[in-house]
Formats: sequence, C-alpha cells, structure tokens
Amino acid sequence: MRLKTLPARTFDRAKVLLFCFGLYPLARWFWLGWHHELTANPVEFLSRSSGTWALVCLLVTLSVSPLREWLHQPALLRWRRMCGLFTFFYASLHALSWAWWDQGFEWLAMLSDVWQRPFIMVGMAAFLTMSLLAITSTHGWMRRLGPQWQQLHRLIYVIALLGLLHYYWHKSGKNDFFTVAIYAAVMAGLLGWRVIRYKKRQSSLRKSV
Amino acid sequence: MPNYRAPRIRSTEITPEEIWQSRRHWMKAAGASVLTGAAGVFPSIGGASTLPSLDAIISKRFITMEPRTPEKDAVSYNNFYEFGLDKGDPAKYAHTLQTNPWKVRIEGEVVTPKTFDIDDIRKFAPLEERTYRMRCVEGWSMVIPWIGYSLSALLSQVQPTGNAKYVEFITDVQPKNMPGLSSRSIQWPYNEGLRLDEAMHPLTLLVLGMYGKVLPNQNGAPVRLIVPWKYGFKSAKSIVTIRLTEKQPTSSWMKALPSEYGFYSNVNPEVAHPRWSQATERRIGEDGVFAPKRKTLMFNGYGNEVASLYTGMDLRKNY
Repeated sequence: MRLKTLPARTFDRAKVLLFCFGLYPLARWFWLGWHHELTANPVEFLSRSSGTWALVCLLVTLSVSPLREWLHQPALLRWRRMCGLFTFFYASLHALSWAWWDQGFEWLAMLSDVWQRPFIMVGMAAFLTMSLLAITSTHGWMRRLGPQWQQLHRLIYVIALLGLLHYYWHKSGKNDFFTVAIYAAVMAGLLGWRVIRYKKRQSSLRKSV
Repeated sequence: MPNYRAPRIRSTEITPEEIWQSRRHWMKAAGASVLTGAAGVFPSIGGASTLPSLDAIISKRFITMEPRTPEKDAVSYNNFYEFGLDKGDPAKYAHTLQTNPWKVRIEGEVVTPKTFDIDDIRKFAPLEERTYRMRCVEGWSMVIPWIGYSLSALLSQVQPTGNAKYVEFITDVQPKNMPGLSSRSIQWPYNEGLRLDEAMHPLTLLVLGMYGKVLPNQNGAPVRLIVPWKYGFKSAKSIVTIRLTEKQPTSSWMKALPSEYGFYSNVNPEVAHPRWSQATERRIGEDGVFAPKRKTLMFNGYGNEVASLYTGMDLRKNY
C-alpha cells in the first residue's frame, strides 16, 4: 500500500481504527482483570501501566507531525488531537490511581505528597499542564486563541520532558535505566527532528531575504 | 532475653483447630491429586504445589491474627533481584537456582568456623510454623506461615568470640543460573546484617519452608532469614555464608543508595522513605482495589517484643 498516494479521506475514515487502538490498553486491563492476571498487586500494576501508556501515547502524539511531513499527508494532522486526548485520558487515570489508591483522596496528604516528593511534583506539573492543553483542544478554543493557540500547545515539549524525568526518578530507585533509555532515545529523535527542521527553516528564510 | 514477652493474642484471633486441620486434609488431597496426575486442576505457580511438604509444629507463641496471604500471591510476587527487577521475575526464572547440594558456612568471629550441610541444618532444632506479618519497604505487606526455628539455635552451633557484635548474611551467587546478576542495581553477592542481639532474638527466624512445604526457589530456597520487625529486604534469601563480625557490616542496599537505606531498617511509620511515606501499607491479596491502605504499625506490630532492643536510640537517625 502506498501511503503517500492515499487520499486524505482515507485517513479521516481510519480515525475509527485509531480510536480502537487507543482503547487497547483499557481493554487489556479488563481482560487481565477478568482472568485474575493483574499480578498479586493489581493496584500497583494498574498505576504503573497507566503511566507507561500515557508516555507511549505522548510519543505517538509527537510522531504525528514528522510522519505527516515524511508521508506528505497533511490530513494526518487530524489524528493529532485524538492522540493527545488519549494521552490525557491515560495520564488522568494514572493521576487518579495515585490520588485514590496511594493517597485515599485525602487532600492534605496529597498536597504534602506533591510538596515533599520531587518525583510526584514533576508528574503533577506535567499532568496539570496537559489538562490545560486538553481543555483548549476544541475548535472553539482554537478560534478564540488564534495564533496563541499554537504557542500554548508547544507546552507539549515541556510536558514530554517532565514526564520523562518523572519516569527516570521512578526507575532510579533500582538503578534500572534500560527502559528509560529507550523512551529517552525515541523522545530525543522526535524533538531533535523539530530542532533540525526549525534550523533549516531559519536558514532558508535568511536566504530568501 | 529477660525482657522478652510473647505476643498477647485474643482468643478470637486464633484459628480453631478444626479449621486448620481441615486445611491440612485439603492440602493432602491436593497433594494426592498432583501425584495421580490431576495437577492441572490446581494452580501451580512456580511449581509451588509440587514442592515436598515439610512437617512442623504449629507455634502457639507466634500465631497471628490476620488472615494469611494466599500462597499463590506469596510465591508469585517477590523481590529477588538475582532473578530480575520485576516482582514477577523470580517466579519465572528462579527454577534455575541450584539448591542441592547446599552448604552454609559460619565464619568470622567464632572460635571454630564450621560448614553445615542443609540436611543437618534442618535438624538443629524442632521445626515450627510461625505466621508473621511481612512489610516490604515498598509499601506492601503479606501474612506468611513460615517454617523454621529461631536463628539463635543455629548460632549456638558455633561459639562466638568476645569480639562478635554483628552478624552478616550473604546470599549465594550463581552466575549461570541467575539472569538478574547482569543488572547493576546493587552489588553482588547480596548481603545484609543484624546486630548480634537482634540476630539472637527469638523472633528472628531461620526459615526452611512456608505454607507447609519446603521453600520455593523464588522465596529464597533452601534457607533464608526472616526478621519480622524490619523491612523485608533485611531478610536475606538463599544464604551461603553467615559471618560474625566486630564492625557493622555495610549491606548491599547501604552501598547502592546510602541516602535511602540505613543499617537498622526497622519498620517505622514515622520515618518516611526519601521518596515515599511509610505511614500506610497495602495488604497483598486481601485489600481489594476499593480498600484504603491500612496503617503501618511501629516495628511492624512487634514492638512489645523488640522495642527494648533500641532503648535510648534515635530511630530517626538510625533508620
């Protein structure tokens, strides 16, 4: 199949598929739960799994733009919001798992936990910033914010780095950095691509002047 | 131990004899069906249900209270980094651990160092079943029926010199059989340590079995330590060397993360781990997804027995 020559509406139709893919982790949890395979500590498993999937979805979201240019398929842009919202969905479940299972919804305990543990603080900062982006992801907000919308949504780069730092700190207790290194490498590639593109545009702008 | 008092138990907390007897019948039936080839009927994680049984007297002094953690959880959710960092790894990979033959050497500040075969170690004292709470430093806990005897009975086989003040426990290293050794999370061999009086305390248990059977590999076969008032990592698994020393040993965790782990590591809800609170815990297999975490008890609930070991010590400094 030649992806580069597919008509734009194919990508629009494939959004249903994308939605199903996005629900895969959730379906998997129910499947595992039904078969009593959420390990001896289901709470820990779900809490970690939701965090992992939030990070995976974030990387998928960041790969939409490079993919769009590579395939010359501007229509792919219409996938980006759904990817971003799935990231927010799994990040919300991840934050909820902490608030509920770890903190028992005690507001004072939650505040002091965020304050005392840099690892939680960084994760919470990423989640709150992401909430702002999720709220302003609608067409209405795009229109209202105009050119500022894009500036605001560049915060995804900050969120990505905070999320990676959060994961790195989580894994540092066991000096276990193998998986962190994989996520970091993919993220470095996706962010590096943007830096290179930015520099190329700058130099071509200068030439045209 | 003049100050030692056995834990007080409310009569409602003691499992009636007919219940545990019926459990024994059930266990026998399960064992029989395994022999007759119906093994598939019973869940066998890590081969737990096929392990040889180990007879023991049920200890009346060290009976507990809370419901036992299901055996399948206790044998499938373990920290044994020699077999991987994931808590499911030991059950998956520890079958390669070579436990026969097995010898334990007691050396250091003793009049005559001795090496004992595991078969002899099983005979140094009558085997008791004791059900202890176990609290992991990560914030979860279990209630496990261990089989063994007080470590003091093993240490009485050698004569400590006047210099002996600490006891160091060293886990075996089997490079071909332990896939986790390639990770650099901690230094191998795994070692832990106790003060001599902690090691001689009657609660400190030399463990040879659990749930009526010999220890499964993932739980530290064939012989391990259990110190119920300290975080789980203090209780070294698959021990090959016990060394009496004059100086305080530096444990694997103290070397790996000196800012997070000290020598004592007593369960203490008031002293937080640098990265999380220790005030509460989740009981594995019992506290469902909708249950709030339960409060962690000082010395894991064994304060009546062990608090006197630490009189006058600042437990915030000596964490």
